[in-house]
Amino acid sequence: MRRACRAIAWLSLAWLVGAGFALPARAHKPSDSYLTLRVESGKIDGQWDIALRDLDHAIGLDADANGEITWGELRASHREIAAYALARLQVAGDDQPCALSAGEQLVDQHSDGAYTVLRFTVACARPPTVLRIGYRLFADTDPQHRGLLRLETVGASRSAIFSPEASQQSFALATPGRWAQFVAYARDGVWHIWIGYDHILFLLSLLLPAVGAWRARRWQAVASFREAFVDVLKIVSAFTLAHSITLSLATLGWVALPSRWVESAIAASVVLAALNNLLPLVQGRRWAVAFGFGLVHGFGFASVLADLGLTQSTLVLALVGFNLGVEAGQLAIVAAFLPLAFALRHGRFYRWGLLGAGSALIALLASAWLAERALDLRLF
Amino acid sequence: MLAFAVTAAALPHLPDSDRQVLEKLPERAADPSILAMRQLRRQLSQDPLDLALALRLARRYFEEVGSEGDPRYIGHAQAALAPWWKLADPPVSVLVLRAVLRQFNHQFDAARADLQSAVRQQPDNGEAWSWLAAIAMVQARYTDAREACARAAAQASALIAVACGASVDAATGQALTAVSALNAALLRETRAGAAEQLWALTRLAETEERLGRLDAAEAAFKRALALGLNDGYLLAAYSDFLLDRQRPAEVLALLKGKERSDLLLLRLTLAAQASGAPNRANWEADLVARFTAASLRGDSLHQKEEARFALTQRGQALRALTLARDNFAVQREPADARVLLEAAIAAGQPAAAEPVRLWLAESGIESQVLRKLAAQLAAPLKAAR
Repeated sequence: MRRACRAIAWLSLAWLVGAGFALPARAHKPSDSYLTLRVESGKIDGQWDIALRDLDHAIGLDADANGEITWGELRASHREIAAYALARLQVAGDDQPCALSAGEQLVDQHSDGAYTVLRFTVACARPPTVLRIGYRLFADTDPQHRGLLRLETVGASRSAIFSPEASQQSFALATPGRWAQFVAYARDGVWHIWIGYDHILFLLSLLLPAVGAWRARRWQAVASFREAFVDVLKIVSAFTLAHSITLSLATLGWVALPSRWVESAIAASVVLAALNNLLPLVQGRRWAVAFGFGLVHGFGFASVLADLGLTQSTLVLALVGFNLGVEAGQLAIVAAFLPLAFALRHGRFYRWGLLGAGSALIALLASAWLAERALDLRLF
Repeated sequence: MLAFAVTAAALPHLPDSDRQVLEKLPERAADPSILAMRQLRRQLSQDPLDLALALRLARRYFEEVGSEGDPRYIGHAQAALAPWWKLADPPVSVLVLRAVLRQFNHQFDAARADLQSAVRQQPDNGEAWSWLAAIAMVQARYTDAREACARAAAQASALIAVACGASVDAATGQALTAVSALNAALLRETRAGAAEQLWALTRLAETEERLGRLDAAEAAFKRALALGLNDGYLLAAYSDFLLDRQRPAEVLALLKGKERSDLLLLRLTLAAQASGAPNRANWEADLVARFTAASLRGDSLHQKEEARFALTQRGQALRALTLARDNFAVQREPADARVLLEAAIAAGQPAAAEPVRLWLAESGIESQVLRKLAAQLAAPLKAAR
């Protein structure tokens, strides 16, 4: 919006000075640069608008000395400008110097003329909690020069003015505490299991036979809750152990699998688990199935965690938090399922409706996912 | 096509062609005086501790500020004096120049301290005394100003000596004496330089205007303009004279192409508003952008102009009042007093203009406009009682 307004202002100004006049009258203004730093999930990006006039005074841009700076002349100086400017800006995160690397350079207009727009990245060893900035651009050629900093963090923006008298300034970055980050990752884990139907359906498919099974065409419900509970405990523990292993391996970067393969395998695991309820192949050792396919589901969790944005300093914290969140969500589902299933285990509804039709539906749905993911289609 | 090009230019972008001109430098390298300036800078960079060279370059930069009003040269001048800038007791020549640069940024007290130190060491330093007089006038310390004028007179040209004393007289209830002295000196000193004549004529015009003798004031303004010097202060003063007389068209003609200067852009905006000129919205937007840019860097050099803008263009009486009051705490010349009075009237806060009332009473300055505004401000107070 602000940019649009500026554009309109320039447009009308150009109309006013007439089409034959290439550059509108420029304000007389003391020298300022506009420095923007954006801090987001541990990454810092910078943009530095520096007046061409000031650069010309400091390092000379007007190669042919005709009083005009052309894009060609500016372009030829890009490397020199980046080296000159970035050498006069120090960024340290928690007292560890960060490395600045120059990116592209564009051109923009401010009220007093044309500016080069130098984009750069700031690489710190760890995501900083305190950012110290040392600024001495043009301190030797124009002590009246000011560096106008805008520091943007998630949800907040601060400004500061750098001058030779205030060339070093520190900024506490409002990073959430370790506990808050941990809770945030755990919440993400719960959320993911809650909206991750493939994981829920896989687990439910394995759990449905826990309260009863067909044996020689006869429905045999479990006698005691304890029996069902132990079966569920084994399955859930095996699933948890397995996906924790692969989640950790993938997040730490030790194993990487193509996501299309992983997502397809997850869908296939749901199909197989559901079909197993209709045509039982594996009955007693469903925990082994849970473990085997749990390994695949762990890779799926890992890609979600990676999308949340990870930094080295929060890696372990994120891994543990997210994983515990996943377990908590999973336990909540099991806690709701088991008593209900146990209560219904003698009825026809459970036998035919849930175990039979339910598993068939799950198998059908998961087959569609499998087709989608394996063939890269969109069925729904 | 033009519309597209200009719109695109207002966002970070890549220019289309290497030949596209992005910036025109104010210094045309072909200009011999600019060449000389660059030569000086090169020499100084080889020997930054050469005091004579540094002073020459700094003075050269300050001349550019005077002619163009471009504040970037203030910083360049300061840079040339860097080895001596922070010394408590630099050479007298540095003290004087440092004071000149400091007063430009409204650091009047620091500038005054430098100048006083300079005249203690060199009691006959005419330049230091004239700057002391100028700063005393801005701060409304008229006894100091009179003394400084007297001390400067010994070293200054006859015309400047008279004009200096006359401007103190004009501010302290002796405007008629001041006018005759100025007229006599201008008649007598026909060989005075154009810049000196301009300065004396501007003082004469302002004094006549305050006395309400408008024909005489305008005649003095026109004589000053006819000298052909590019003086921002004179242009602003004459523009204000014309705006007060509802002659905005003449302001638009007078200031054509002078938008670079914030002071003059304000007058252009006011004139455009009064005459319904189509450029008003553009000038106004540009002016706002400059005020914003100044406030971003923490500058308060244009509070007077900003107050006037807020009051007349935006109808923001309270904001204008705050700016005008802060400004009057730093600068106390008739124009500073006027905007504070007007803002206090518009905001309905007569008490806020108390410093002006005191200043009017103490100085005894004769100014029809200021006396009328002060009376207007006092009227509702009396009515309330």
